[in-house]
Amino acid sequence: MTMKTTLMGAAAALAMTATGALADGPAIIFDLGGKFDRSFNEAAFNGAELWASETGGTYREIELTSDAQREQAMRRLAEAGANPIVMAGFSQATPLSVVAPDYPDTTFVIIDGVVDAPNVRSVIFSEHEGSYLVGMLAAMASETGTVSFVGGMDIPLISRFACGYAQGAAAVNGDIKVIANMTGTTPSAWNDPVRGGELTRGQIAQGSDVVFAAAGGTGLGVLQVATDEGIFSIGVDSNQNYLHPGSVLTSMLKRVDVAVHDAFTTGAEVATGIHVFGLAEEGVGYALDENNAELITAEMQAAVDTARAAIIAGEIKVHNFTDDGTCPVQMQ
Amino acid sequence: MDFLTILQILDSTVRLATPLLLACLAGLWSERAGIFDIGLEGKMLVAAFFAAAIAYTSGSVWVGLLAGIAASMVLALLHGLASITFRGNQLISGVAINFLAAGLAVVIAQTWFAQGGRTPQLSSDARFANIELPGAATRIRDIAQQGPLGQTYSELISGHSILVYLALACVPLTWWVLYRTRFGLRLRAVGENPAAVDTAGVSVVGLRFAAVLIAGVLCGIAGAYLSTALSSGFVKDMSAGRGFIALAALIFAKWRPWYALSACLLFGFFDAVGNRYQNIQLGEFIVPVQFMQALPYILVVIVLAGLVGKAIPPRAGGEPYVKER
Repeated sequence: MTMKTTLMGAAAALAMTATGALADGPAIIFDLGGKFDRSFNEAAFNGAELWASETGGTYREIELTSDAQREQAMRRLAEAGANPIVMAGFSQATPLSVVAPDYPDTTFVIIDGVVDAPNVRSVIFSEHEGSYLVGMLAAMASETGTVSFVGGMDIPLISRFACGYAQGAAAVNGDIKVIANMTGTTPSAWNDPVRGGELTRGQIAQGSDVVFAAAGGTGLGVLQVATDEGIFSIGVDSNQNYLHPGSVLTSMLKRVDVAVHDAFTTGAEVATGIHVFGLAEEGVGYALDENNAELITAEMQAAVDTARAAIIAGEIKVHNFTDDGTCPVQMQ
Repeated sequence: MDFLTILQILDSTVRLATPLLLACLAGLWSERAGIFDIGLEGKMLVAAFFAAAIAYTSGSVWVGLLAGIAASMVLALLHGLASITFRGNQLISGVAINFLAAGLAVVIAQTWFAQGGRTPQLSSDARFANIELPGAATRIRDIAQQGPLGQTYSELISGHSILVYLALACVPLTWWVLYRTRFGLRLRAVGENPAAVDTAGVSVVGLRFAAVLIAGVLCGIAGAYLSTALSSGFVKDMSAGRGFIALAALIFAKWRPWYALSACLLFGFFDAVGNRYQNIQLGEFIVPVQFMQALPYILVVIVLAGLVGKAIPPRAGGEPYVKER
């Protein structure tokens, strides 16, 4: 067993020597959706690139291609002296909880996951609040009274998106029908645009005319089908309005780039513990730019901005699915 | 469940069955000539990549299709060279092709486009548009207003990409060539008893290469369909095991073209049902989504184990032909 572990470690180390030999800089690990998923990982990448262009510094990166590499990637970066090490994606939480105690002098930053260790900064976004706002927009743009949601992998985090979206839609129209589907139960669900498109067609067939995709690379297939079928879609994480101008109603922004940029800028001294990025911190929100300016009317914008202020002030409570695993709004 | 829902599931079935059908027919051609081909998956993948990449750079989906077919034929030729000319093991050659394709497509994609092993998103000119037959409604909302006949016409018959109709046309074509022409007779004979064909003075090597190349063309179309019709661009491992499901369908179909059509439609149907019905609620009990998504594969096992009956592959399949001297 020990022999096997050593051999595997050696093989992984060999495989990763290509990442370059730079000591002490920050490092980032991208999740399985891939660095250029136009969504979650790309937002993380943009944050790192922003830091690099501001400071002229360089950083190390590893793009995971399979689940088995997670722990080895972390150890490899930590042993090479990278600090802090930022990792994007909830799937990193379990391996990080094993790795973090072994490198007490290295600061780890995990986005979307919580690891209870003194040298880990856990960054959590209030996706339910951002999703609530785009849910309101969806309900106001819908003519059929049916809106839908396509999630990536079936995990509580994605249900948090779905539940926030459904609550926002129900706040505008109490009779609204919300259809929610998940693409799959394995990490490959983040990268299956064909299945995403098929799910969207099924939802359109059930009457949906606004679809919200929170599915990484799978979402590209969702947005494409929505454009082909002439309905509205809502992008996620990054601003995806530019992908299909006129069809993408808005995007639920999750400022992963800000979280990465913050960590890189502060460096190894970044504060550890749990940090929540919500509406008040501009960590989540909805995207408004020249591509969707004509789709969002002034009254829609006013309604959403009012709700946003109310959520920040605590007058509207958006239920967080991960608190108790239930959603107050019924989804189909 | 209303009539339109059934139609929509059937519509989805046709879309999902098309790549299976093309790959299954490719396998049929190859295996009928006595060359086992488990490299269907790899050929589809490489074709999917080149079709998307060339369609993106040239802006023409047809040029992309040709590039996809060409790439698939190169791999088919490689398979032919290894297993016909050099009499290597056909299964090993097929496995090698699958690995080669999975790695090659991603590496080339990364070098050309630097987007993490995928191609850029294709514009509508660089994709196969859906063909709207005359008088058919296009949007699902309009279709819902029509009567049953109109719905069947608009939803199920119209509105597919040209490759879907092409794939369906390949079924009678394959049947006719294999069972009604001299070339087809010889090709089937090569898969059963190559020595007899050789005695008659017909080139076994030539016929087998022809079959392998035809398989290459069909896999090429299947791959191009995945990346330029079903979705818009290539992503890593996008064939997602369809080449292997096509092989299962081929065995289920007992190496016959019309049976292949029904087998592929059946597997496509399982997939469509799994996509459509994710959260079925039976009273208090909710069928988990995991079960619905595993359903196609469970049914494949049940069908292959229980319903297929006796499937006899071509007799000379898998064996390189050596002339006796």
